[in-house]
Amino acid sequence: MATELTAADARPNARTTVDRGLRARRRQERVVGFVLFGFSAVSILTTLGIVAVLLFESSTFFRQIPLIEFFTGTRWSPLFESPHYGILPLLSGSLLIAGGAAIVALPLGLAAAIFLSEYAHDRVRRVLKPVLEILAGVPTVVYGYFALTFVTPLIRAIVPSTSVFNAASAAIVMGIMIIPMVSSLSEDAMSAVPRSLREAAYALGATKVEVATRTVVPAALSGIIASFILAISRAIGETMIVTIAAGATAVLTLNPFTSVQTMTAFIAETAKGEAAHGTIEYQSIFAVGLTLFAITLLMNILSNVVLRRFREVYE
Amino acid sequence: MSGERPGPDVRVPRPSVARAPEAPPAGEPPPAPTNRNDDRFDVRLRARARFGTVFAVLCFLATLIGVLVLAALLVDIFRDGFHRLTPAFLNGMPSRFVERAGIKPALVGSAWVMVLTAIVSFPLGVGTAIWLEEYAPNNRFTRIVQTNIANLAGVPSIVYGILGLTLFVRGFALGRSILAAAFTLSLLILPVVIIASQEAIKAVPNSIRLGAYALGATRWEAIRYQVFPLALPGIMTGTILALSRAIGEAAPVIMVGALGFISFVPTRPLDGFTVIPFQIFSWVSRPQVAFQELAAAASIVLLALLLTMNAAAIWLRNRYTRKF
Amino acid sequence: MSAIHVPAGPIELESRALSVYYGGTPAVRDVSIQIPDRKVVAFIGPSGCGKSTLLRCFNRMNDLVPGARVTGEAIFQGQNLYGTGVDPVDVRRRIGMVFQKPNPFPKSIYDNVAFGPRINGYRDDLDQLVEHSLRQAALWDEVKDRLDDSALALSGGQQQRLCIARALAVAPEVLLMDEPASALDPIATQKIEELIYELKQNYTVVIVTHNMQQAARVSDLTAFLYLGSVVEYGPTQTLFTNPREERTEAYITGRFG
Repeated sequence: MATELTAADARPNARTTVDRGLRARRRQERVVGFVLFGFSAVSILTTLGIVAVLLFESSTFFRQIPLIEFFTGTRWSPLFESPHYGILPLLSGSLLIAGGAAIVALPLGLAAAIFLSEYAHDRVRRVLKPVLEILAGVPTVVYGYFALTFVTPLIRAIVPSTSVFNAASAAIVMGIMIIPMVSSLSEDAMSAVPRSLREAAYALGATKVEVATRTVVPAALSGIIASFILAISRAIGETMIVTIAAGATAVLTLNPFTSVQTMTAFIAETAKGEAAHGTIEYQSIFAVGLTLFAITLLMNILSNVVLRRFREVYE
Repeated sequence: MSGERPGPDVRVPRPSVARAPEAPPAGEPPPAPTNRNDDRFDVRLRARARFGTVFAVLCFLATLIGVLVLAALLVDIFRDGFHRLTPAFLNGMPSRFVERAGIKPALVGSAWVMVLTAIVSFPLGVGTAIWLEEYAPNNRFTRIVQTNIANLAGVPSIVYGILGLTLFVRGFALGRSILAAAFTLSLLILPVVIIASQEAIKAVPNSIRLGAYALGATRWEAIRYQVFPLALPGIMTGTILALSRAIGEAAPVIMVGALGFISFVPTRPLDGFTVIPFQIFSWVSRPQVAFQELAAAASIVLLALLLTMNAAAIWLRNRYTRKF
Repeated sequence: MSAIHVPAGPIELESRALSVYYGGTPAVRDVSIQIPDRKVVAFIGPSGCGKSTLLRCFNRMNDLVPGARVTGEAIFQGQNLYGTGVDPVDVRRRIGMVFQKPNPFPKSIYDNVAFGPRINGYRDDLDQLVEHSLRQAALWDEVKDRLDDSALALSGGQQQRLCIARALAVAPEVLLMDEPASALDPIATQKIEELIYELKQNYTVVIVTHNMQQAARVSDLTAFLYLGSVVEYGPTQTLFTNPREERTEAYITGRFG
């Protein structure tokens, strides 16, 4: 039977001090590792929690409203005598506004990224870039206020038939809000394009704009597209601007000058409202929330896939 | 060569070489290209240069539009709400009577929520970051955790509100309270805190850790006494920025049940409450112009608060970050 | 007796008192040399002697470096490249460049070669031009069946020859090569050197190299630069076997560098 050498064998007096200290420290190390792992588990639990809550609570809803009606129905009127629960009006509201926001943000954001990455002097970039970031930091309630009190009257001056609550106002303001997302991520992608590629294009007799648009942007395209997808996903998931400025009329329409309701606005207004817990109307929050969560999650995953898949090709 | 001065063509004329009618057999060098003096290329230098200038200007304007809209927003809010920023406003309760309305409960509520959110999210977020950077083995599970955090950062805030409503308000029976809001917002900003802390920890050079290990420190001791203090400024900056986001959030707070009509100042974590963004939302939803002005005034307060927090974060970063 | 040789025959490129300053530091000092038509001229010298900077003067690539200042003249076919009213875009089409590390665009092989002609408004048959350029770069046979494949799938040596083909596609009159083979293995290097020998029939080639044996193999004239100045310039054979300057001899015998 082998006997283990311990610290006591080495130096008879060591056992009491070194050995005990070491054991205690090792124990502390294990405990700390365990605790930190537990903290990290919170992030996993959060996701599981979201999925569980949405699925579980939606299931009671879907026991009463068939999936087909929910996903293909074109009327959303929970409060009517004969209620309808077709999500398409809410979905179209979200997509209409997100689409409008994209029309504003994608070109402006990309152009800003090109300016900051290819044209701006260092000093100019150091000032302009943080200023653009401020746009991302303004609380969405404040944007909602701005949309309702400043942008909407402006639109109504141009298109008099616009209603007080309208999709265009929310879309424009939301577009401005997500410009930094597009510009920042696109600029990162463009800065990552190695200088040697630009030099190669210049050496062939390309002008600066040709280098920027025909060499750098195509080389950074995966990052740029990923930023587009993320920005649109953000626009779909935004709540306050649409709740304040876009309206509460769930209607399937492409007309931006009328009142629409998005998925997020519906959830917010129903939760704030008088619907009692347990009613179908209340449970519909979870079904709509599930749809919203699924859409934004898929878009975020798509954005990651685009980023990774095309970056490999480039490198 | 293009130039403003017309000049004699001083190029040495070249013997033109007849072009081969078809490609030569492989291995032989091809004959010289005929007539290299530019006429196969329609170089259009001036048109391309003009286009380049127009394009650059457009890009610059695009960058400015965001700045201009921001300026318009600030002017609009100040113009609408500045005159309502009185001490009575800051110290008063919301009321049906516009002249007497104030945001004191909202201020106190926001302060409560911010402090509690900080207490919950800081250890959780930093702890997770430490685990991911220092302890986690490089395996599939860790990658899943990392990807999951990135995904959580993109989940809409109202979905967090739904989670908070079900889990904290009803599940944990916390009711429509400050505590429920704080927990919900902590979950919301947790990914941001984690990612910012990870960056700060990553920035600490490995030589520091190795030095500590070489002296016989355990992993935790190396972190606690060496890595963490060096990463702390970056962690604090990230946390403050995350908290500033939490303060401005209204959607999760709506779901958790902030009170639209509040007549008291919250004093305990389980009290009902309101926060500044929710108060803004309440007021802006009323049709009377006077309430809109109150909303504007509250917006000014909120923006001032955010500005202070962001300035503090930047000051922290500039003052305490060491370049390695 | 000047150590700077004046070549006979038509002069394609010339520098007169050319200096380049980065900030306040001169990288190239007062260089005056003449590069004859359709010959290969090599610039050699130790690291940091300014040979790449001098090379880049001839296609105005130094313009792209913020803080770089050029004084003196660079003459191409009788006209000063740095004169007022000269568009660097035009200069760069007519004086091409190949870089040290192959830098193909992340596009197909065809699109790489076609990029230059397209932006320069090529009016003729593009397919034929692409084939022609790839043949000149001795790459056609290896890629003719996969022109749509990504250029990044090629080996290092093939990528460099692609870059040469790309540069040739805009029909330059001069080809500047900045250490074109230094990132390549010996076999690929040899292919590039053979290529240079063929190219000199139709193009004036200026090549920067830190490899003296390469300069000796490939070039007609060689310039030895040290600390931004041309120490000696003359026929390659003479410079390597019977250098006039002591510093030149010290460098080529390996006493420093």
